[in-house]
This record gives sequence, structure tokens and C-alpha cells, in this order.
Amino acid sequence: MAPKLPPQHPLQHSTTAAADGQADHAHHASPKGIMRWLLTTNHKEIGSLYLIFSLIMFFIGGIFALVVRAELFQPGLQLIEPEFFNQMTTMHGLIMVFAAVMPAFTGLANWMIPLQIGAPDMALPRLNNFSFWLLPVAFTLLLSTLFMPGGGPNFGWTFYAPLSTTYAPPSTTFFILALHIAGVSSILGAINIVATILNMRAPGMRMMDMPLFVWTWLITAFLLIAVMPVLAGVITMMLMDINFGTSFFDAAGGGDPVLFQHLFWFFGHPEVYIMILPAFGIVSAIIPTFARKRLFGYASMVYATAAIALLSFLVWAHHMFVVGLPLAAELFFMYSTMLIAVPTGVKVFNWVTTLFRGSISFEPPMLFALAFVVLFTIGGFSGLMLAIAPADFQYHDTYFVVAHFHYVLVPGAIFAIMAGVYYWLPKWTGHYPHERLAQCHFWCSIVGVNLTFFPMHFAGLAGMPRRIPDYALQFADFNLVSSIGAFFFGISQLIFVLVIVLCVRGGRKAPAQAWEGAEDLEWSVPSPAPLHTFETPPVFHRSHHGD
Amino acid sequence: MSEYEAARAAGVRRTVIRSTAALIGMFAFAFALVPLYDVFCRITGLNGKVDTTAQAIIHEEVDQSRYITVQFITRGSAGLPWQMSVATRQMRVHPGQTAEVDFTFTNNSQQKSWGRAIPSVSPSSATNHLRKVSCFCFQEQLLQGDERLTIPLVFQLARDLPEEITTITLVYTLYPVHNMVLDASLNNNKIAGDKI
Repeated sequence: MAPKLPPQHPLQHSTTAAADGQADHAHHASPKGIMRWLLTTNHKEIGSLYLIFSLIMFFIGGIFALVVRAELFQPGLQLIEPEFFNQMTTMHGLIMVFAAVMPAFTGLANWMIPLQIGAPDMALPRLNNFSFWLLPVAFTLLLSTLFMPGGGPNFGWTFYAPLSTTYAPPSTTFFILALHIAGVSSILGAINIVATILNMRAPGMRMMDMPLFVWTWLITAFLLIAVMPVLAGVITMMLMDINFGTSFFDAAGGGDPVLFQHLFWFFGHPEVYIMILPAFGIVSAIIPTFARKRLFGYASMVYATAAIALLSFLVWAHHMFVVGLPLAAELFFMYSTMLIAVPTGVKVFNWVTTLFRGSISFEPPMLFALAFVVLFTIGGFSGLMLAIAPADFQYHDTYFVVAHFHYVLVPGAIFAIMAGVYYWLPKWTGHYPHERLAQCHFWCSIVGVNLTFFPMHFAGLAGMPRRIPDYALQFADFNLVSSIGAFFFGISQLIFVLVIVLCVRGGRKAPAQAWEGAEDLEWSVPSPAPLHTFETPPVFHRSHHGD
Repeated sequence: MSEYEAARAAGVRRTVIRSTAALIGMFAFAFALVPLYDVFCRITGLNGKVDTTAQAIIHEEVDQSRYITVQFITRGSAGLPWQMSVATRQMRVHPGQTAEVDFTFTNNSQQKSWGRAIPSVSPSSATNHLRKVSCFCFQEQLLQGDERLTIPLVFQLARDLPEEITTITLVYTLYPVHNMVLDASLNNNKIAGDKI
């Protein structure tokens, strides 16, 4: 069996292969059917696999959320047992974070980064294939824990020890293994992205010429390389506590449960920026396109992203204000957290200033991007409220926290992913998405999102605790509205699937430059993008980003 | 392979090696944080971690001008059929004064078992001003079936205890311990004793 070569320039391909006496392999047609997808090393195909996988997981995680919302539709226990409710909240969080949002961004990175920097493929194509195919393995394993005796993980997506060690269901070892595999996948993906961005740019493209999506992903990849090993370390310690009798987090043996929270959030806080920085990059590509203006403050966007990434390592204990931190630590983490509002404010300012006096049109990607700016900012403000340590003593573990992080993740990260999908669908499929249906999807989503998550602010401020299947009667109205909104939002995502399917099958033909104001390199290749692009590096013209 | 592509391949290799090194470093760092955290907590007294070795009484003038309320809380634990009680739930002491309070451990089962009381001090800023001269929490305890054991805690609050602290809470949580080594040595002694 001849070794499989990474995609190369056709001319070189035949010469090297002939030199090695493998002419037969070189002219071999690519595998058909399932083997094509299992063995592909093409960044576009792997990007599509990532995106399809994350869409499926988005629906699975969404169904879990709807089970939770159905139970919370009215006070009292109606549909499911509290034990199962706990498994649903946990699995919803884990699936959405690790299987929906993160792979969706990696998929967009796979598709778009080589196109945006003029590279023929990712730097390590076979590693790319491997890091994708780890994901279905990891999450099949994770989902299978639901059918194991004792049920799946039920300790919240933050899996605080000793709840996740001493008091955990027997399936926890499988949960740890699944998370390890998903973590390896993210790390390999991150290394690949860093190697691609640093080494594969078109000749003449400097770092400060890169589109912001590339910049934000570069910084995200550094965050992943820095913190995913810490997560791996934490879950390895859990594994040893459960199975090998160590006491990292067990007070009886001299360990400390608070240490778990420090280690977890040292990973966990950069992790939330991993889920939002690429979103910043997508929005920074879409807003200038549809405002038909250059992005305001390109350099400040890059520095603000880097500042957010650096600060994310200094704020972890703001998740732990109530564990009994000393006053000095409460103050330090309170102020450092508030400091993050400065670079984030720079970004929001730049987007708004880009819109100012722009010639704006409201195609579907732009609608989602604008909703992102407004609703993400609301989520940012509630984050600032939570950063105030004395106020957090009141808000901690209430629905206010749930409202906060859903505002930054659903109309934040997920709306940005949808904006990116609508923006780049013409490039992927060669057809524009159905305009009316896409608009319908947008308006249904934005109504659904706000109906679901806005009342949670009030329920939380009034004291409704998180992760409890029952609640006091005074919260009944808020929860009723939230549940109706959640089902509305969930069902309207089927429109999204419909738009994508229709767009793949046909629709209005898109030219190479599908959007009038779009100027990055990906719009110089034909739509749909052929399987192999930029096999000879393009000549990069410094037309935008100023200087 | 052109010169351009060779340079590119070398660059990719360099990036991969460096990021893999960073990766391994961060994984090791996560484990290094465990002892670092412990040391940090002990030095600063944060997190209410108390020194688990006996300290000598320091003879210093008793500060008669203020009283500190010291509260004691005892908690059991699942898996250990013991009851832990304290002679007095609360006492008032002057800084510098040596105080003693009795704790009683009762094994409610027929089997002997090992247990250990893990201390915690709140507020944590008082941790480094609390000197334990003798404490049951320094070592593991063995209780035979139905045994009842009273052990005193002798402690002293340092005179330099910050002014703003008026109440200190000492929490002891009981945990089961599987002390196989000591069990084995006791068994050996017993066997040896039988033979003699």
C-alpha cells in the first residue's frame, strides 16, 4: 500500500509520484462514498464535516435544553425525575460548548483561513482529518453515558469536585475519556491553525494584513494550546481520585475541593473567550462588507483581541466569589474582570463607527451581525454586573447568571456562526441562500432568543436558583414565557436547516465576489470554491486595512 | 520541492515543535499548580488551611482589653459512623491566653474504624494567628467498636490578631480513612502478643 500523500500541486504531484514509482497512485481517482469523507485531507471537505457535525450536535444539545424547558414550563415536577433533569442540564452544557460551538468555529476556520490567507490547504492536512474524526468518537462516547446504569454526568457542565468524583455516577470515567478525546481534537486543530497562519500566508501578506477572522482565530488557537492541557490535567486528577485512590480534591486525604474550582476556571475562563473571539472576527468581516466601508480601527481590533486573551488568564476567580476568597482576591478579580470591558468596548465602538455613515444593506448575514452587536453587548453588561463581587453574592448561581451567559453565547457566538454561514454559503455552494426564508429565520430567532432569555434576568434577580427542576410559584410567569420562547427558538432553527439544504441544491447563482463590499482573498476564487485553490500562491495586493 | 516550499515546511515544523512544547509545559503546569496552591495557602493562611503540626505556646502578655469569640462546629461525614461533639459550642478568650476545650468522638458501630478530623478556620485572615498546641486533627484516630474517646484541643490566639476580628469559627469535618498500614502493624503486634 503506497503512503497517502497530502494534496500537492498537480504538476509536482505527477513528477514526485513518478519518481517514486507510484504513478498508479498519483492518477488514482479519489475514494468514493463514505471513504472519501473518512480519508479526506482537503480543508474544505473537513470544514464541511466539522460544520455538519456541529449542526447535528446543536440540535441534540437543543433537544436537551427543550427537555429542561418543558420541565420548567410550570412549577412542580411533571415530566422527568430530578436526576434526569440534572443529566439534561449537564449534557446540554457539555454538548453545546464542546460539540456545537467549538467545532463550528473550527469548521469555519478550516474552510476560510486557507482561503483568506491564500494558502492551498491547512499546514497539516492529515492531522486535520484525524482531529475531526476524533469528535464523533468523543461525543458518541459522551452521549452513550446517558444509557449506562446510574445515568450520564449529572454534576453540571462545570463538574465541580467532589460532586463529580465522590458523589458521581459510575459513568464519570467515560465522561472523562470523552472529554480527553475532544480536548486532543481541539488541541490538534489549534496547532494546525497556528502552523497554517504563521507559515502559509500568501507572499507579501504581513501579519497586520490578515483579515480579522484569521487574527482572532490565531489568538484563539494560542488560548486553546494554553488551556486545553490544563483541562486535561484537571480531568486526569479527577480520574485518579475516582479510580486510583488519590486525593487531589478530597479533603479527607489532604486535598482541597476549592483547588478544583481554581484549576477548572483557569481553563474555563479562557474557554469562554475561545467561544467568542472567532465570533468577533466573523462580525468584523461582515459589518464592513454590508456597510461598504473599511473596518474602523483595524489595528486596535487586533490589539483589543490580544488584550482580551491576555486578561482572560487573570480573571478566573470571578466565578468563585462565594467560595470564601480573601478580600484582596475578591477585589483583584473584580477589578481585573471589569478591565476586560475596556478592550471589548473598543471593539463595539469600532463596529458602530464602521456602521456610521455607511451605505448599509440588510442581507441575512448583516442582520445576524447587527443582532450580535446589540445582544452581545447586553450580555456584556450583565457580565459587568456579575463582576461586582458584593452584587455577585446575590446573583451567584441564580438564573441571572444563566441569562448572562446565554446572551453572550446564543445571540453572541451562535448568531455569529449563523452570520458566518449565511455570509460564506455563496462561496461554499455557489448559490445565494434563500433571502426570504433566511430573513424569516432571523426574525424568528431574534424573537425566540429574547423571549427565552430576557425573562431569566428577572427570575434570577428575584432569586430563582439554577439547575433546580422545581421553583417557587412567584417565578411561574417568567418560566412560562421562557419555555414558550425556547420552543419557538428551537423550532425556528429548522428553517436554518431548510435554507442550507435549499442553498446546497440550488438557488440564485453567486459570482466570485458574492457580496458587493467583500474584499478579502476568499472572494477572488470562483463560487463555489473549487476543491483545490491557491495551488500557486496568489499575489497579495495591500488594498484594504489602510497603510 | 521549491525553495519556497522547503522554507514553508521548515516553518511548519518549527511551529509544531514549539506549540507541542507549550502544550506539554501547560499540562505539567496544571499538575505543578497542586503543590504550589498548597504552599501558597499555607504561607498566606488563605482558604483557612491550618498548620497540621503542633506549635509551642508563646508566653506573651494576655491582651485583657478585648475578647474574641471562638466558635466550634463539628460535622460528620458519610461513610464514617462516628459522632463528634464538643464540650462547649462557643467560648470567649483573650488574645494571648491559652484555652482548652474537649472534643468527644463516639463510634456508633460495632466495627473499629479509622477517621480523621480536617480543620478549617474562618475568617481565613485569622488562620496564621491561631496556634494549636495540641489537636486531635494532627493525626488519624482509631476507634474500636462502640468506643468513646475525649481529646482536648489546646490553642492560643496570638496577640497580633487583627483588631477587626471579633469572632473566629473553627470547623472540624470527620472523614473516613483507610489506614491499611497501621491496621496491618496493629494486627502484627496482636499476633506477636498472642505468641508471647
